[in-house]
Amino acid sequence: MSQYHPPVLDAKFILDQLIGFDGLCEKLQLEDINIDLADAVLEEAGKLSSEVFAPLNWDTDQNPAQWADNSVTQSPGLKEAYQQFVDNGWSTLTAPEEFGGQNLPQVLGTAVSEMWQASNMAFALCPLLSIGSVEALLAHGSDELKALYLPRLIAGEWTGTMNLTEPGAGSDLAAVSTTATPDGDHYRIKGQKIFITWGDHQMTPNIVHLVLARLPDAPPGVKGISLFIVPKFVLDENGEPGERNDVYPISIEHKLGIHGSPTCTMAFGDNEGAIGYLVGEPHKGLPYMFTMMNHARQGVGVQGLGISDRAYQQAVQYARERVQGKNKDGSKKPIIEYPDVRRMLLTMRSGVEAMRALALEASAALDFAHADNNSKEKYARLELFTPIVKGWMTEFAQELTSLNIQVHGGMGYVEETGAAQHFRDARILPIYEGTTAIQALDLIGRKVLMDGGVALESLLSDMAATANELSASSNADAQAFGASFAQAVDKARAAKEWLLTNAPSEKELSQAVCFDMLMAMGYLCGGWMQGRTLLAVIALTDANDDVYGEEFLAKKRISAMYYSQCLLPRALHHFGVMVQNPQALYEFAVDQF
Amino acid sequence: MKILVPVKRVIDYNVKVRIKQDCSDVDLSNTKMSINPFCEIAVEEALRLKEAGTASEVIAVCIGPKIVKEQILAALAMGADRAIRIDVEEQPEPLVIARLLAKVAEQEDAGLIMMGKQAIDSDNNQVGQMLAGIMGRPQGTFASVVKIEGDEALVTREVDGGLQTVALKLPAIVTADLRLNEPRFTKLPDIMKAKRKPIAETTAADLGVEVTSTQQQLSVAAPATRQAGIKVASVDELVDKLKNEAKVI
Repeated sequence: MSQYHPPVLDAKFILDQLIGFDGLCEKLQLEDINIDLADAVLEEAGKLSSEVFAPLNWDTDQNPAQWADNSVTQSPGLKEAYQQFVDNGWSTLTAPEEFGGQNLPQVLGTAVSEMWQASNMAFALCPLLSIGSVEALLAHGSDELKALYLPRLIAGEWTGTMNLTEPGAGSDLAAVSTTATPDGDHYRIKGQKIFITWGDHQMTPNIVHLVLARLPDAPPGVKGISLFIVPKFVLDENGEPGERNDVYPISIEHKLGIHGSPTCTMAFGDNEGAIGYLVGEPHKGLPYMFTMMNHARQGVGVQGLGISDRAYQQAVQYARERVQGKNKDGSKKPIIEYPDVRRMLLTMRSGVEAMRALALEASAALDFAHADNNSKEKYARLELFTPIVKGWMTEFAQELTSLNIQVHGGMGYVEETGAAQHFRDARILPIYEGTTAIQALDLIGRKVLMDGGVALESLLSDMAATANELSASSNADAQAFGASFAQAVDKARAAKEWLLTNAPSEKELSQAVCFDMLMAMGYLCGGWMQGRTLLAVIALTDANDDVYGEEFLAKKRISAMYYSQCLLPRALHHFGVMVQNPQALYEFAVDQF
Repeated sequence: MKILVPVKRVIDYNVKVRIKQDCSDVDLSNTKMSINPFCEIAVEEALRLKEAGTASEVIAVCIGPKIVKEQILAALAMGADRAIRIDVEEQPEPLVIARLLAKVAEQEDAGLIMMGKQAIDSDNNQVGQMLAGIMGRPQGTFASVVKIEGDEALVTREVDGGLQTVALKLPAIVTADLRLNEPRFTKLPDIMKAKRKPIAETTAADLGVEVTSTQQQLSVAAPATRQAGIKVASVDELVDKLKNEAKVI
């Protein structure tokens, strides 16, 4: 519906100025890879996303995937779009060279992924899931499985899916009941999986399902789950898709959004049992899933970013065109001139820019961890970021896509305008790949309480250093930003201390305050990125930079200041609620609802 | 057969053009620059001819300072085999460009010079024709179809009255019109490969061409802003306004 303008220059700015892309590539020993190449890559990805995927977005929504006779047909146009995506090599971006990948840094993959997600999220979920299965196989697959499946998955010839959820096992995977029985050199998988994204389609000649199931001798609970690979078509002796495996989509869901993404109920082994192969060791399925969790969860955070930017762009376009009321001289007034409309647009813009910088910072944390031999410290930073990127960015996306509808007024509530689609599509984001509650619990439990707040303190001291740098600047904007940011960092430190002191003795405390901590950390991290943006902007302006230009830098500066004035205070609010430990929540008994 | 494809760095077609405050020129500071769209079509056509087995090599040639390497890399990423940059400080006039290209075409012994019909910045539409004149080669301008048969290029031209097909004896110059093809999306692996493709550098002096200037740009101006429309009460009033105010009938 609306034209999508890929954020090539902003992504380049963040990679170059905030992440230090050239230095990162040096650390990763990637010869010939630098910011100019990244720019060329972003440019081309931008073209494909805006010219091919974005125009299909509305049609994809209006013509959902169809199910008939245990088979799914994807929305019209997607097969061709997928073929173009694959032919142009985009599925290979970050994959290792050994299996046909281009071995580019994750952070560049994330910048590019934002464009796929923004242009057509329902479609872009498919390659996103393939990357997940590639990661799982890379980390845990045998050499034989890698040789058979990785080159085809990386080339995009086949796609991958993740089969975790069952009717009785959602957020609690300990309840997984699908079984795997040894049968010669393979296993027979039996059971039902639900909510399987892109579980079936006709875009590729094979689909590779990664499935969690229990072996006959499995201990109960989370320690008895194993990971299996179950191809739609079993490979013949030449490694080509051969016989149809006993795994079928038996229905698809009718959903609020992402209509182009078939969400399947998958029946494994209704007949003779689906042939599957064990990935890695028995009973290690869940820890294996966690190794790719960082990528998958951050990937969903990036969907929140992409769709929010798309919504923002549409809102600006409409606000410029829609005329309501008159100026004093009688001329008609586009609604963008009203301060409250500008408030909404700036909230979206500043929020999107903060999210983009955070998404790239968090994704670069993985690259920096790799570059540093997966050092414990660097890895801890990455792990700390993951629930914040997933939880905060997808929650924030609800507000930002909703603001797009608000800017449109009544027209936004009408489907044909297309604003509603972004809102509907975005609604899945805080649910799948671990709900917001799961992210918040992960943050407060695994990432903060478990290490006694060490990783968090390391992040907060980096933030305090940025606050000092801002305050020490001779620039008045930087000083003002520094003052509010320092206050927020102090609040965060106090909240951390409060949590470490009180959580051990109060049973439900961490679960009761985790959401506010997650949101507080999100707004704080966004503030950190905007503060660093401001420092970079000031340095570039002082140096009379001619790469980004005066206008771009001025806009970045104002967007950063808006964040410190209007969005950063939300961090104070959420930290405040957190340490207040609202007693009403405990007091209201379950049977009083 | 070698195909030589000149590519020009111009302001991106999506960018709203700004005028410098003193009206001396278009303001190109921090402006997105791209390959001229007609040049891009020419690159695409050359690549298709190579893929069809008609051509053996596609050579991109670009005239300008170091910064034009961005457009050279874009042409190489599309699929050109190698490139030549002719180093000049400022963009020369069409006649000088034609002389420079003629020298390169001779040196390379190019069988076909496939180029854009014009650049979207200065809209001259001159270089192809001048180049044909200087080299004494046949030209097929405003091409919408190009076919190579034996030692001839069959070029369908978009002319005012419709389509005209001409047969050109190779070597020849063909200039691309908008409908010749739709340029491809560049592939990721090709972006990576482009950096390793050779880019030769030369100068106008090396080519024995003097960079002279016979024209002087006095000023540039933005198009006049469009006036709001009015409603007329009758056909008579409309005719009257067209006659006396707009003076178009």
